[in-house]
Amino acid sequence: MNTPTTAARLMRPLPPLPGLDEALAQSIQGRSLWADARRRFLKNRAALASLVILGLIVLLCAFAALPSPHAFDDPDFENMHIAPELATAHWFGTDSLGRDLYVRTLLGGRISLMVGALGALVAVLIGTLYGATAGFLGGKTDSVMMRFLEILASFPVMFLVILLMTFFGRELWLIFLAIGAVSWLDMARIVRGQTLSLKRKEFVEAARVCGVSRWGIITRHIVPNVLGIVAVYATLLVPSMILFESFLSYLGLGVQEPMTSWGALLEQGAKAIEAAPWELAFPAGFLVTTLFCFNFIGDGLRDALDPKER
Amino acid sequence: MLKFIFRRLVLEALPTLLVLVTVTFFLIRLAPGGPFSTEAAMPPEVMAAVAAKYRLDQPVWQQYLGYLADLARGDFGPSFKYKDFTVNDLVWAAAPASFRLGLFAFVIAVIVGVAAGVTAALRQNTWIDYSVMGVAMIGVVLPNFVLAPALALVFAIWLKWLPAGGWEGGKLMYVVLPVAVLCQHYISVIARITRGSMIEVLGSPYIRTARAKGLPTGYILRRHALKPALLPVISYLGPAFVGIITGSVVVESFFGIPGIGQLFVNGALNRDYPMVLGLTILIGALTIFFNAVVDILYGVIDPRIRL
Amino acid sequence: MRMPQRLALITAAVACLPGVFAAEVPPGTQLHPVQEIVRGNGTEPATLDPNKAEGRPESSLALEMFEGLVSPDINGNVVPGVAEKWESLEGGRAWRFTLRSNARWSDGSPVTAHDFEYAFKRMVDPKTASQYAWYLGKASNVKNGTAIVEGKVPPSELGVKALDDRHLLITLEQPVAYLVATLAHGSLMPVPRKVIEKYGDRWTEPGKMVSNGAYKLAERVVNERIVMVRNPMYWNNAKTVIDKVTFLPIVNQSAEYQRYRANGLDMTADGGVPPEQLKQIRREIPSELVTWPQLGTYFYAFNFRKKPFDDVRVRKALSLALQREVIAEKLVGTGETPAYSLTPPNAAGYVPVVHEWQRWTQAQRENEARRLLAEAGFTKTRPLRFELLYNTNENHKKIALAAAWMWRRIGPVEVVLVNQEWKSFLDSRARGEFEVCRYSWVADYNEPSTMLDLFHSKHGSNDSKYNNPRYDAIMEQAKVTSDANDRARLYQDAERILAQDFPLANVYHYSVRRLIKPWVKGYGRDPEGRILTRDLYILAH
Repeated sequence: MNTPTTAARLMRPLPPLPGLDEALAQSIQGRSLWADARRRFLKNRAALASLVILGLIVLLCAFAALPSPHAFDDPDFENMHIAPELATAHWFGTDSLGRDLYVRTLLGGRISLMVGALGALVAVLIGTLYGATAGFLGGKTDSVMMRFLEILASFPVMFLVILLMTFFGRELWLIFLAIGAVSWLDMARIVRGQTLSLKRKEFVEAARVCGVSRWGIITRHIVPNVLGIVAVYATLLVPSMILFESFLSYLGLGVQEPMTSWGALLEQGAKAIEAAPWELAFPAGFLVTTLFCFNFIGDGLRDALDPKER
Repeated sequence: MLKFIFRRLVLEALPTLLVLVTVTFFLIRLAPGGPFSTEAAMPPEVMAAVAAKYRLDQPVWQQYLGYLADLARGDFGPSFKYKDFTVNDLVWAAAPASFRLGLFAFVIAVIVGVAAGVTAALRQNTWIDYSVMGVAMIGVVLPNFVLAPALALVFAIWLKWLPAGGWEGGKLMYVVLPVAVLCQHYISVIARITRGSMIEVLGSPYIRTARAKGLPTGYILRRHALKPALLPVISYLGPAFVGIITGSVVVESFFGIPGIGQLFVNGALNRDYPMVLGLTILIGALTIFFNAVVDILYGVIDPRIRL
Repeated sequence: MRMPQRLALITAAVACLPGVFAAEVPPGTQLHPVQEIVRGNGTEPATLDPNKAEGRPESSLALEMFEGLVSPDINGNVVPGVAEKWESLEGGRAWRFTLRSNARWSDGSPVTAHDFEYAFKRMVDPKTASQYAWYLGKASNVKNGTAIVEGKVPPSELGVKALDDRHLLITLEQPVAYLVATLAHGSLMPVPRKVIEKYGDRWTEPGKMVSNGAYKLAERVVNERIVMVRNPMYWNNAKTVIDKVTFLPIVNQSAEYQRYRANGLDMTADGGVPPEQLKQIRREIPSELVTWPQLGTYFYAFNFRKKPFDDVRVRKALSLALQREVIAEKLVGTGETPAYSLTPPNAAGYVPVVHEWQRWTQAQRENEARRLLAEAGFTKTRPLRFELLYNTNENHKKIALAAAWMWRRIGPVEVVLVNQEWKSFLDSRARGEFEVCRYSWVADYNEPSTMLDLFHSKHGSNDSKYNNPRYDAIMEQAKVTSDANDRARLYQDAERILAQDFPLANVYHYSVRRLIKPWVKGYGRDPEGRILTRDLYILAH
């Protein structure tokens, strides 16, 4: 008999369960939510390392293009698709037009990070307000608002975006807006759920009794209390915004040339995957690292602040 | 239960779908460029004949009512682009490929995602956690359109193990690469959700009680922790299932799979109004249906939730 | 207008040139035991109905399954198809075609002149809503062709009549010397009336479709493949070597390339050479990159309705500044040639003009461009700022970026690139919402008029709204000029006017470019880019 019986399994020593031990430890000590969260976050090595790396990438994108002798938009027909080399100062090689990829990768990073941050901001703003309002008002208003959300959710996003982009031309800030405008749905659902449980808390009742207006309760009491979970989801939204921008670039709806983004560079690079692997490798390296960092930070924040997923 | 199903699928879903149809119907007509605009401009008389053939010469509200009437009979109308077919023909022909692809990817994503999530949760903040989540995260850090050519390059061109594309009615050889690309994203999301909720469940009092009784980890997991930890995963599965079946745009066009995703993109790009409308309705209906299924499943797993 | 002389019934029986037709396998060739081929088709065809063809993806398939009165040989020369001979009557005002007696539909019934009459009338009938409905009237000048399309005359009045089963009479509005060349077009195929009347729009389904070409439809999966097999009823079936051909509608060029590399494809679609992989292709499989000159031109058009593009100095300066050699040879680099005129030099019946500025060095051109810009009043403080519109595509993007850079070199020019997806792009262009815009124009038939007519003020696609009565008059004159030399001179005059007025900046002449496996043989160098499977064979490998 090779299969261990229940009794045999019961005899085995307990394997370490870090998550459990930690939870046990935390419930013993009494500390403020934020201090507790900070402590837990700092203990998370992956999240901490990610924060440092992300900071470095942001600094690189902002300043590191300065020492390069190349402009981001000058083609060089003698140096098309050349591999990285020091002699010509094409540290990341060139693309099919002979443009310097080092400068373009860093420029693309600026755009991608901006799209990510602003898109997430738009999504968070709309989503939080919408969710908090629906959750707090409840009843008929809530179900109408939620039905509206459902309709939006079943609307094919890609088509909506194509429509937005073709209507409003191709300004950069419109891309932020378009991406943010289609990504707030999940945020709204999460915030609504939180609000529903907050609504019955004593301090909200107290505010209501004191005659604070509904809008006042939403903005002064509900929203601040869901900020924790909002922060977590905002961190996780940034990478998905950046990815979404890259999908738009894949469809040819991204930033307008000669500007670029990591998504646009990746789309280029994926086509030249064999002929000029550096064209894919460098932007991909930056993008992947950045997204990993954001995800680890987001997970770290969530573990630290509120492990609830719903 | 029956009453709930009736309410969800008839009383709520139908009005939602109607709004969806209406909005799409009018919105798509606002998009620049018509279905029949071509590089070599057609003479106005031919354009008029084309418009008459597809009812585009009528006032828009009349077109709308006509469309609804056809829709009520289950007729999505002719495709404006693929003139040899109706939208019904095309969708029926494309659905099996997308469904097969999606189902494979879905099953793999759930199995691998849950396993990775549970493993990571049990070893929270150790190198096992980081590496499992790191690998699982590839799907949310690398776009499909990079993964697809990269895998095709390695497995089709360098190693010559698998074909670089094609479908051949969904033979296993042809399914492997597209499924691998498609399930990546869902694996990472599911792993993520599972990990988060598992950590939460493991910290809850009843698990601590179970551990205090000296029950082995595997037993606790199976009997006590898994079910509640999977609840959030299940609520994600509804939209994910629809998304995975209908949203494989990049995968389908790269690997040349004759599915819904390709139809949809071509429909939008060609301004094939009936095609876009038909697929929007189909996807919308599927979304609503699977959300309802999820709610029902929820009730089955967690008896505390009353439908 | 000079009317051509009316000659009484001159019979000019066309000598059948020994054009290569059907697969010519050299003696001693080792053929592969399995003669099957997989080809790219670029995109899913909108229809398999030849009369409703919309462009290349449709007409290339139509030419596989159907055969018209005349047919292209491997080098694009027009040779007899279903018609075995033809003669012009009334000084070219009418043409009588004699059909071969052994032409058969795939169901075994004979192909008759009535089938052609039916097909041609069906095509011009506005009810059919064919995108090429204008073709018989405008390109071939068939009597009443244009009036029918405009709804003034019923389709039955088209100047096409079956005299009996084997004789077809085509009557023209005016003598057109190049009529026969226009008849090889992919939309002018005969169609089986009985089948169409039985099944309606569904007649193109496998199992229902009946065709008269070397291949017949066997299987169709939308967005995956179209399979055709040998048509044993084809009159020249004995000369067909390949038994089965599969067309794959792969839009994504990198995907097509990877499948080609993994041997899933024997030949990519026309243009199926991914620019990003070109360097690698040249390094590793240079012999599989097959290119030759095509009848088509890539250019930028200026919008006359938008200031300052109503100023010829601005248009000329921008045109002179383009480094055409760099774009054609370095940037695109798959056999394209720099373009100084709209008509490609290899067009039949065209004698290329050499414009004065064409002989200058690039430095001279740029100096002149600088001078013109300054003269037009553009300075550092008042730069020439405009948008360059192009449709989303790798190649167009590269060329636009290079052009913007070249324009910046000649002085105070600021170019904003605007790319739009195809339908939005067409919409913007047709509504005149552009300043400078990418254009490409590819010949419908091998004759300069198919190119030059574009800048006729009445042409439906003349979106730059160039309007020069002298140019219009020359083009109308050319149409009725039967002498080939006179016509060539007129076309030269037309090109000279374009090179004075600069409604466009020519960039390059297209090339036919494909990747073809070394074991596929039998193709020639058709300037219209067609490679018909019936001419091909597969070597042992």
